[in-house]
Amino acid sequence: MENIVIIGNGISGVTTARHIRKMSDKRIIIISAETDHFFSRTALMYVYMGHMEFEHIKPYEDWFWAKNRIELVRGYVTEVNTQKKELLIDNTRVMGYDKLIVATGSKPSKFGWPGQDLHGVQGLYSKQDLDLLEVNAPNRESCNRAVLVGGGLIGIELAEMLRSRDIPVTFLVREQNFWDGVLPEGEAKMINEHILEHHIDLRLATNLTEILPDENGRVRAITTDKGETIDCQLVGLTPGVSPNVSFLKDSGIELGRGVKVNRFLETSVPDVYAIGDCAEQREPIGQRRPIEAVWYTGRMMGETVAQTICGKRREYKPGHWFNSAKFLDIEYQTYGWVFSERVKKEYEEHFHWRHDIDKVCLTIAYEKETKKFLGINTFGIRMRHEVFDRWLKERRDLEFVIEHLIDANFDPEFYHHFEKDIAAAYNNKFGKTIKTRKKSLKRIFRSA
Amino acid sequence: MSTIDKSMALTGQPPKSLSRGQKMATLLGLTGLFIIVLAAFNVSFPNRGLWLSISLLSIFAGVIWFSREAYINRHEGIKNDGVWFKSVSSRGLWGWVSGILLTGFYIVLYFYPEYLGLVKDGSNKGVIGLFDPLSRFLSGNPASQWFVYGTLYTVAILAFGVKFLWKYRHNRYEVIRTFSVMFFQTAFAFLIPEFMARLNGKIPYYDLKNIWPLNYYNFERYRINGFIDAGDIGLAMLMFGIVSIFVITPILTYRFGKRWYCSWVCGCGGLAETAGDPFRHLSDKKLSAWKVERWVVHSVVVFVTLMTTAVIYSYLGSDTSKYWLTKSTFLIGVVVLLTSVFIWAMVFKRDQLNKDAQYGAIGYFVIIIALVGLHYLSGDGQIFLFKSETLRKSYGFLIGSIFSGVIGTGFYPIFGNRVWCRFGCPMAAILGFQQRLFSRFRITTNGGQCISCGNCSTYCEMGIDVRAYAQKGENIVRSSCVGCGICSAVCPRGVLKLENGPREGRIDSNQVLLGNDVDLMELVNRK
Repeated sequence: MENIVIIGNGISGVTTARHIRKMSDKRIIIISAETDHFFSRTALMYVYMGHMEFEHIKPYEDWFWAKNRIELVRGYVTEVNTQKKELLIDNTRVMGYDKLIVATGSKPSKFGWPGQDLHGVQGLYSKQDLDLLEVNAPNRESCNRAVLVGGGLIGIELAEMLRSRDIPVTFLVREQNFWDGVLPEGEAKMINEHILEHHIDLRLATNLTEILPDENGRVRAITTDKGETIDCQLVGLTPGVSPNVSFLKDSGIELGRGVKVNRFLETSVPDVYAIGDCAEQREPIGQRRPIEAVWYTGRMMGETVAQTICGKRREYKPGHWFNSAKFLDIEYQTYGWVFSERVKKEYEEHFHWRHDIDKVCLTIAYEKETKKFLGINTFGIRMRHEVFDRWLKERRDLEFVIEHLIDANFDPEFYHHFEKDIAAAYNNKFGKTIKTRKKSLKRIFRSA
Repeated sequence: MSTIDKSMALTGQPPKSLSRGQKMATLLGLTGLFIIVLAAFNVSFPNRGLWLSISLLSIFAGVIWFSREAYINRHEGIKNDGVWFKSVSSRGLWGWVSGILLTGFYIVLYFYPEYLGLVKDGSNKGVIGLFDPLSRFLSGNPASQWFVYGTLYTVAILAFGVKFLWKYRHNRYEVIRTFSVMFFQTAFAFLIPEFMARLNGKIPYYDLKNIWPLNYYNFERYRINGFIDAGDIGLAMLMFGIVSIFVITPILTYRFGKRWYCSWVCGCGGLAETAGDPFRHLSDKKLSAWKVERWVVHSVVVFVTLMTTAVIYSYLGSDTSKYWLTKSTFLIGVVVLLTSVFIWAMVFKRDQLNKDAQYGAIGYFVIIIALVGLHYLSGDGQIFLFKSETLRKSYGFLIGSIFSGVIGTGFYPIFGNRVWCRFGCPMAAILGFQQRLFSRFRITTNGGQCISCGNCSTYCEMGIDVRAYAQKGENIVRSSCVGCGICSAVCPRGVLKLENGPREGRIDSNQVLLGNDVDLMELVNRK
């Protein structure tokens, strides 16, 4: 029986294991240094906030693994010997493999700031980081200010977490507006306002210079490039993540920033695959980045590589881009490509609409010449994935989207609708007279 | 460094801590309760009407003030910070204390009403005496323990309803739904029956939205006699009782799912959704709990069917010339009805039932038919081997009192707020059967957006592992879903939507979610 070993029990590794089990009887072993069982990484924040206990963020009950004959090994893989097809676990145990899948995810990036390894300085990625946060910032008395460095998704989550315990937060963001490398300006500015509404001390266009220690080697304060010193007991480093692949340095597997893979998710060494956050594509896929540290892409790579392992060699071909996040109280969804002003190509134009009062807005990207619909960002409006996926596939144009927007609405029943306002703004901007259609169940469930 | 909170304060650090306003609000509410407790110890109040008003108003105002402090200065959005840290909502000391107090209250209410001051053939004392003025004002009659209970129940739904409205003010589905349960409780369960009693003394107390089999005593002899004695209006109400379970209920459930009843109209649901909301996450989500749930709740349906059949049978006559509905016609009718439902489900809906559901259905069906057959073979004695009176009494005691009251509500802080609805309510089971097999309702999963975080499962009061479906891209069509909409509200990625739509493709199981290679999705989903 073939021995399939998966390093990493995150969404990528676990999805692979589940799909291999569905299709075959192979022996499946998952090795993890982090936890005994799979948990939802994106939900760690809710444990600190008291919305859930750690048990609740485990998507499968503990009996699931034995029942599906997925063996779980707790340990850190220190060495991979691709010649002998062996792993060394915790420098002691040796384990052989026939096929190896590297799904080790990411680690928080550090950029060589002075003092970045002091006590009280941490990122937020792993279960261990969460446990550490309970030590570093259990409440306002132990931590009367936290400084977060890096305005991305993890940064704003950490800010929300700390605010739930009433800990004052200063949030240093390098960019002019929050996450404006990704979000168009109108949206980034709205999120700026929302961050301030939550009494988070947002410092835009501000960088960390140095982290200062006290006599015990704990963080005491930080200084910024604006010459300011801010006293704090916690520094959250959240400028992003990078692939967690340093254990493969001497394995002979070709590495870049991550593990280099071809479109079949195969590494430079036969029978070794890499998926998820730690995989780096050699060839670009559409407009995607070579490394995508996103839950969904990890899952999709797992689905694909499982086919290959089970003898149906398949290329990784992700469909239309989508993603979602939540900024404090504002939900964000995106379908297709909407680029920020900083990175968008010249053919891409935006139609932006924002509600007068509520923190609700959207941006639709389209091709300047042809008016072809490229993608949409929504804030405070939920959208139906299937409908946008279909519209992208059918290469609809901007007007069609404005006209039929209600079909794509996924807000709960009885919510206020904004389609008419959006169409009015569109008509106003382009001098058109588009009328919005009525919602049609027939159209919505057409392909279902 | 230890993270144990050494502070002895009962309310602890944020997000657990209470503001000064909340502490004062708690004091006000407890003062109101204290008046009732004093009454229970037979402290005689000079002006009962005044003291009752003070008491109820303080409870009401206390809850509202507390909620206002908790939510009004916060942003609109999900308010679950610290739910698992607070003692009362995480089975801590205060959770157990309140559970035990509530349970004690139910035991006294059901079995020892004399301790509440109920006096037969005389004027009430104690708590019930305190409520006499309000009862006389509404219906003209003295209060009973049920009037006291009904009043407190309504106050709870209204006050905690306001709390819920503030908590979920960003969500119009929740807002409208909560107004609905507040309205139905106040008008249909509380006021209308009292006014009806004033207008026509013969009509039995009838909460029109309380449908058989939840209202298991609706077709008992004394009630049927009462309806008939009350003339046309009584007869109309009797007809309404029959039509509501056999006609209205299936139609509404077909269109909207069972939520139209369970989380919009029902009184049990009303209390669970308002006063019970802080405990919704305590329901057990394990697969094993689901297995127990299916057997227990369907056994209750069988029990209530047998019991009602036996009770109606016991007072019907045998002479066709007097009245068309005789013992045998009735029994044949029941058998025909059950058989046709059984055949319909097994023939047309077989593929939608799990294996154990099929076994269960067959088992129950055989039991009922065998019991009826036994009756015919054994001659005109007692039906089903048991005295109908014994069946009725044990149902009333076990299900009506112990299950729905003592365990169902008393254990809110331990087992969650829908224990009764999930494990015990025969009405919910029948509606659930309809919802599973022929409704347009489903919770749609939004393509591939699920991140398996678990908020939906955690906050599902019915103990449905919503995430198990959402992370597979599968719609949620579960008979137990009451459509409260909280899974959708707490989802941080906008994955879930309660909606009514075409039945085709309602239950789909996509093993590979949206987002990946289209050919791969088709390949894997074909199987």
